[in-house]
Amino acid sequence: MIKLVNVCKSFGSQCVLNNLSLEIPRGLITAVIGPSGEGKSVLLKQLIGLQAPDSGQVIVDGTDITRLGRSSLNRVREKFGMLFQNAALFDSLTVFENVAFPLEEKTSLSRQEIKSKVHEALRHVGLSGIDHKYPDELSGGMKKRVGLARALLLKPQIILFDEPTTGLDPIICRAIHQLIADTHRLFGFTAVIVSHEIPEIFDISHRVAMLFRGEIIEEGPTETVRNSRHPVVRQFIDGSLEGPIQFLK
Amino acid sequence: MGIRQPIQRLGGVTLAILRDMGRMLTFLLYALYTIARRPGRPIHILKQLHFIGAKSLFVICLTAAFTGMVLGLQGYYTLAKFGSEGMLGSAVALSLIRELGPVLTALMVTGRAGSAITAEIGIMKITEQIDALKTMALEPFKYLVSPKVIAAVIAVPLLCAVFDVVGIAGGYVVGVKLLGVNPGTYFFEMEKSVVAKDVISGFIKSLSFGLIISWVCCFKGYNAGHGAEGVSRATTAAVVMSSVSVLIWDYFLTSVLL
Ligand SMILES: Nc1ncnc2c1ncn2[C@@H]1O[C@H](COP(=O)(O)OP(=O)(O)OP(=O)(O)O)[C@@H](O)[C@H]1O
Ligand SMILES: [Mg+2]
Repeated sequence: MIKLVNVCKSFGSQCVLNNLSLEIPRGLITAVIGPSGEGKSVLLKQLIGLQAPDSGQVIVDGTDITRLGRSSLNRVREKFGMLFQNAALFDSLTVFENVAFPLEEKTSLSRQEIKSKVHEALRHVGLSGIDHKYPDELSGGMKKRVGLARALLLKPQIILFDEPTTGLDPIICRAIHQLIADTHRLFGFTAVIVSHEIPEIFDISHRVAMLFRGEIIEEGPTETVRNSRHPVVRQFIDGSLEGPIQFLK
Repeated sequence: MGIRQPIQRLGGVTLAILRDMGRMLTFLLYALYTIARRPGRPIHILKQLHFIGAKSLFVICLTAAFTGMVLGLQGYYTLAKFGSEGMLGSAVALSLIRELGPVLTALMVTGRAGSAITAEIGIMKITEQIDALKTMALEPFKYLVSPKVIAAVIAVPLLCAVFDVVGIAGGYVVGVKLLGVNPGTYFFEMEKSVVAKDVISGFIKSLSFGLIISWVCCFKGYNAGHGAEGVSRATTAAVVMSSVSVLIWDYFLTSVLL
């Protein structure tokens, strides 16, 4: 289980996370939704210790990771996999090498085993036959999917997805959601998915949390949030221009 | 009021410099710690050795040949004034082994490999690739910094040895073949005057230069600013700082080792 307790995070004078608390239950898929630029990516980076909060605690399976040194933090990170919003592929390695990298570094599998595992992972995201391409030769959506293959490959206990389907066509988008749901059924990982795909994301998530103005304004089982009466949540889910979220202030 | 502002600014600048130096030092200590704890897979070190070492060979040989030839010319001209052209061999060898070999090798490696190191690490930083390594529970220093430091510390002394040999050959070509110094005298004087201490001091110098270059260039890349401009600034700063540090450190080492 991951627990955020009173987390504050500011960049200069801009307060992004404001005394935020959130519980992410083990073995479930939690979707984090919220307007663009509200700090969803920042929130994910707090969970895996890439950014330290100014104050507050981030508790992963009972350990407060904000207090850990480099090597104990690394041990906690062994449990994690992460897909970055921009995929963050190693741009001087080919697609194959990118996906194989964590296997080569962290396991003692033979070359042949690595090869078959990588090919299987790439096939699952619909990307066969592009092994030799470099990330700058891929489309945005292809990069995302390579990143996804890389994140799923080591079968981590906790996976953080930062907009796994943004920029993909509706069919691939559905296929990726399906892939996440299927893999989840098989391995039962804990997932946090930041997504703008509303309402599709509700089909695969067990819980939904909405981030607004640095706070979680609504959190609960998917159906509860979907039918929420909270005016901000209502407006966001319906995608209407009228309401408390003013885009053009 | 009038006097306080400049003093405040001076204090601010001093503090900033001290803070940077502190950060550089902790960077180095952590790099050495990583090397001691988990040096990483040999393949990463070999790749860097290939890049920093093998690929610098051509430019090192070229520089060395011309440096040796110039030394041959200048040395002959100067020595001829005292009628001691026979000393040419030892003059060329001593200046190469003690001074020019290590320093010029370090400067060439900085220009060729150091700048590339900074740019590579800087781009990886600004495109979140370093963060990606961290999320895989892989220590970025183990992949980005230690292999480069190890490779530089191995490669620079070797390149320096090549530099010395090629330079001496260049001096031979000019001194003996063109200007007519006796070949026997060239090498005999050299053997007589070059002692183990000269070679060792050159070796120590190039070893420490390797460390300085990789340290400064990795640090600058790791702390690159924003975007393409941030990386280009970091690269420039790395080359300037690394070259200047090499020259300053050279002075101190020389005064200690002499
Ligand atoms: N490293 C940083 N330095 C300064 N400000 C930052 C940094 N990272 C994020 N921010 C700021 O924090 C806010 C939240 O950014 P974040 O990337 O988390 O948004 P987001 O909710 O993920 O948006 P999107 O849905 O568009 O991806 C933004 O206003 C951004 O400017
Ligand atoms: Mg984001």
